[in-house]
Amino acid sequence: MADYSQFNPAWGDRAPVIIGFLCNWCSYRAADLAGTSRFGYPATLRDIRIMCTGRLDPTFVVKALREGADGVLVMGCHPGQCHYEEGNYKAMRRIALLQRTLAQLGVHPDRVQLAWASAAQGGIFTETVKEMTEKVARLGPMQWRDNLEETAPHQEEGVPL
Amino acid sequence: MTASNGAYVYYPGCSLQASAHAYDISTKRVAERLNLTFNEIDDWNCCGATEFFSINALPAYSLVARNLALAAQTGGAPELVAPCSACYLNLRKTNDYMAKYKKLNQQVNQALAAGNLHYNAGSLRVRHLLDIVVQDVGYEKIGAEVTRSLQGMRVAPYYGCLIVRPDTGYNTEYPTHLDKLMTTLGATVIDFPMKTHCCGGHMTQISEAVAYELIRRILKNAADYGADAIVTLCPMCQLNLDVYQGQVNRTFGTDFNIPILYFTQLMGIAFGMTPQELGFGSEVVSADRALAQIGREEPEERERPKRKDKQALPMPALNGGGRSES
Amino acid sequence: MSEEKVGVYVCHCGHNIAGTVNVEEVSEWAGQLPNVAVAKDYKFMCSSLGQEMVEEDIKKEGLTRVVVAACSPHMHEPTFRGACQRAGMNPYLFEMANIREHASWVHQDDKPAATEKAKAIISGAVRRSLELAPLEPFRAPINKTTLVVGGGIAGINAALEIAGAGYKVLLVEREPSIGGHMAQFDKTFPTLDCAACILTPKMFDVGNSPNIELLTYSEVEQVDGYVGNFTVRIRKRARKIDTTLCTGCGDCWERCPAKVIDDVYESGLGYRTAVYRPFPQAVPKYPVIDTESCIYFKNGRCKACEKFCPTGAIKFDQEDEVVVVNVGNIVLATGYDVFDARRIPAYGYGRLANVFTSMEFERMTNASGPTDGKVVLRDGVTAPETVAIIHCVGSRDKNTNVYCSATCCMAALKFAHLVKEKTNAQVYNFYIDMRTAFKDYELFYTRLLEEGTHFIRGRAAEVTDAARLPGEEGKLIVQAEDTLIGKQRRVPVDMVILMVAMEPRADASEVAHRFGIGCSDAGFFTERHPKLDPVATMTEGIFIAGTCQGPKDIPASVSQGEATAARVLGLIGKGEVQIEPVRAQIDEDRCSGCRICNNLCPYNAIDFIAEKGVSRVNPAQCKGCGTCVAACPSQVITGQHYTYDSIMSQIEGLLYDVRSPNEKVRVVEMEPA
Repeated sequence: MADYSQFNPAWGDRAPVIIGFLCNWCSYRAADLAGTSRFGYPATLRDIRIMCTGRLDPTFVVKALREGADGVLVMGCHPGQCHYEEGNYKAMRRIALLQRTLAQLGVHPDRVQLAWASAAQGGIFTETVKEMTEKVARLGPMQWRDNLEETAPHQEEGVPL
Repeated sequence: MTASNGAYVYYPGCSLQASAHAYDISTKRVAERLNLTFNEIDDWNCCGATEFFSINALPAYSLVARNLALAAQTGGAPELVAPCSACYLNLRKTNDYMAKYKKLNQQVNQALAAGNLHYNAGSLRVRHLLDIVVQDVGYEKIGAEVTRSLQGMRVAPYYGCLIVRPDTGYNTEYPTHLDKLMTTLGATVIDFPMKTHCCGGHMTQISEAVAYELIRRILKNAADYGADAIVTLCPMCQLNLDVYQGQVNRTFGTDFNIPILYFTQLMGIAFGMTPQELGFGSEVVSADRALAQIGREEPEERERPKRKDKQALPMPALNGGGRSES
Repeated sequence: MSEEKVGVYVCHCGHNIAGTVNVEEVSEWAGQLPNVAVAKDYKFMCSSLGQEMVEEDIKKEGLTRVVVAACSPHMHEPTFRGACQRAGMNPYLFEMANIREHASWVHQDDKPAATEKAKAIISGAVRRSLELAPLEPFRAPINKTTLVVGGGIAGINAALEIAGAGYKVLLVEREPSIGGHMAQFDKTFPTLDCAACILTPKMFDVGNSPNIELLTYSEVEQVDGYVGNFTVRIRKRARKIDTTLCTGCGDCWERCPAKVIDDVYESGLGYRTAVYRPFPQAVPKYPVIDTESCIYFKNGRCKACEKFCPTGAIKFDQEDEVVVVNVGNIVLATGYDVFDARRIPAYGYGRLANVFTSMEFERMTNASGPTDGKVVLRDGVTAPETVAIIHCVGSRDKNTNVYCSATCCMAALKFAHLVKEKTNAQVYNFYIDMRTAFKDYELFYTRLLEEGTHFIRGRAAEVTDAARLPGEEGKLIVQAEDTLIGKQRRVPVDMVILMVAMEPRADASEVAHRFGIGCSDAGFFTERHPKLDPVATMTEGIFIAGTCQGPKDIPASVSQGEATAARVLGLIGKGEVQIEPVRAQIDEDRCSGCRICNNLCPYNAIDFIAEKGVSRVNPAQCKGCGTCVAACPSQVITGQHYTYDSIMSQIEGLLYDVRSPNEKVRVVEMEPA
């Protein structure tokens, strides 16, 4: 296992976990191409195939963070190249708003990223995962457990997500 | 005009204080006309020229970095302009490498600390004077300043080897920004395949035979194309082509008589200034004959000549296609 | 706790997965997951034995869900869906866990991590499978007419094959005639067949086939619909010629006083008139009026063509026409553009008169070209004594295109032979590597070597007229490092031919988007699978052939054109198409009628039913992207097969090892913005 404590000692022997939402037409195929080309990248990404980034319900992202992911990477087709005309533009707006909201909750915007890769860009996909992993590694774990004691009174019941 | 708002930190370099005095004064005159403010670095030192880097790298980088550190203190926009190609290259190289290589950055700053200086690598943008003129001022604005078109004068645009690479945003093998600047001034620009070839550099001091041959090629090519003058942007190129022209003629039995001028000098002429205030007269090969060509009627050259006789095949349009260098 | 019984099958894929992921450990672990009734690992799940194992378990163990952990769903999802269906299970209850492309192949250097990731992926797939619902694919009849876009050699062959089988084809071509680049060539490698002699009969057949409707000087503007049922809008540009009256006699272009350089067919080396037919064998035979160079359209006078036309076919007031057609399948064969040699200024194209591009040379050597086939310098009379051919101009160069254009080495050999044959000049080839793959190509190379053509292995640095050495005066000098002898060479020549690269059409990405397909990094259209599905695309019913897919020569383009025909005929033969039931559905009882979804849909598939005050999805128009599903504030739109619950469960499954379900949470790692 790779050692992530060099980026942030809080990792200990843990590795970051990033949930990926990949669109069926471009980025999922880019991930497939990275595989067939044997382009290595850190084993931090666990991805979910959706038809289009336009399907990305912001609650999916919140759910992933709430369930213990340290970051969420949403990848779609390049702007202007969406298989469904403009789903990726919808994702752009939603992610931008979500990053602001999460920032207000104290979650660093780098934990939620939106990126593009066409079906032919296995290399770009690989680089994106590497970069995202490093960013999240620097931020450290989400540290749900460590912060439990400091739970604010109004959040005692937790936020149902 | 860019974010610099017309204000730049200016590094003249030693040549402009001596052999390239004409470059210095013409630069200042033209800058003034174009509303560019050049704030000269206080107490600047030698850029190390080219060879010093091969002899002892760390002192060479530190020498240059001292200028960068002082430039950063000069204030104003973080744009450092150097008219000399060698100075430009050394300043830019040091700036880029310090930003790229942590260890170099550390060592150089350690050396600078001895003089109570520190340079934050990459905080300045190092640019050549020609780049400022064509990018920040722009051809359109320069064209508007032209009061005395250089029409009739045939110039060979000579870029030299130092400013074209790496990664300048211009074509490295066949740049055309100086060509366009000269066209803007009204001059006729000849096709000049030797435009980025070596002028001999310091070879004149080490191996004359090599240097003279390199100089000869450039002069010959300019002469073959009927250039009245070679226009340059580097004190080294100017010196070699101008001062050694007689020596080349004696060595090869040629009779080249081509003045080597700075682009700022021709800009000044086109802006209506007198040759005296632009430092003309200090060149070895006199520019008088070239200047006398200004105003001469010349048949306009056609880019895609019409069918002169039935058999000739059409030439491809040089500026067509939409994909050639912009 | 769900009642479902899940079968999990972990594929070794030989060493592809098992070499990195500990498959035995993973399958044993999967057996412990809730609801998992069967967990096995097997060498090749996609083999018939692997599939039969799944079928048997469904029947014997009463499995209600199947998860196969193997390769990408783009690879074998259809395979295992088929297996489930054969065993009587609804195929949409099958779920694929991609532990090859997304795990074993990309984490080869970290086997424990790859194994752990495989577990997480399977855990996610099992949880997701529990939420899947049985679905039935939509069935729709297939329109038997096919649209072929592009009338080059690939498109011509596709059209002829389909038409020959008895089905209607609509062939759309942007230029005034079909023929494409091949019509510009004189000879073809390696046999030196006359290009026109082999192409013209095919063009003639297209023009005369009762099943082919030819729309030249036309472009596709819009494409809607789906496989079997596309609606296409085509703009027929005004020819300014009434083709019902025109006989193609040629009186008009013979009298036309406006001469312009022909940048398309003659590659800029020759002239044409404003009213013109691109070449004598053009199909259709009718000319067009180029309104940009026509004197009448410039200043309202002339009309020479109208005066001399014996049938009164000139119609200056003819307007563009837009036609809307319904087709079942689409073949794209839109071809390539040639690289603009001016992008490499060091080679002097456009500055130095006697530097030619390969396309210019094709025209020059063509018997019907501007020089009647004579190889001459730009002055039109002087024959060259030495000719340099520079390979890889715009190919295999990180400054321009990194790919190999595949055809130029062979075309360069053809040129070298033609130059020798016509002028007996010395020919110097400057190459990086000679690439003479495919049948009989190497033999041709050997023949050229024996003919005495010079080959210099080294990329040319520059072409200049700056003479330096004796013998260089008045010549073009090609400078290159001869890497076989390790020396710089300067070769003085009279003529230089630049072997320019094949590039994607300038509007390729626009066209790809219009037809809903993808482009590679270089800009060529992307095939469904580079090896096993080279002419299909990710969009059902849209096929690609020829150089729009990547650089290739004539035999390869022809093969692809015919391959697309086979694919189209296969679909037509089925009579109907099955369409994935991935669609959005609105629960009208719970819809508040806010209409937020109405404007989000890129296909206008959501109608507002005013009398009920609710929105409704039209399944024929919906393509299943899910944008409306994510946007519905009442969460009453279901994205079939990608439901809210299925994705939420998959998230939980993927994070099985890090999640802490009941913890209360507070995170502070930065100050609120």
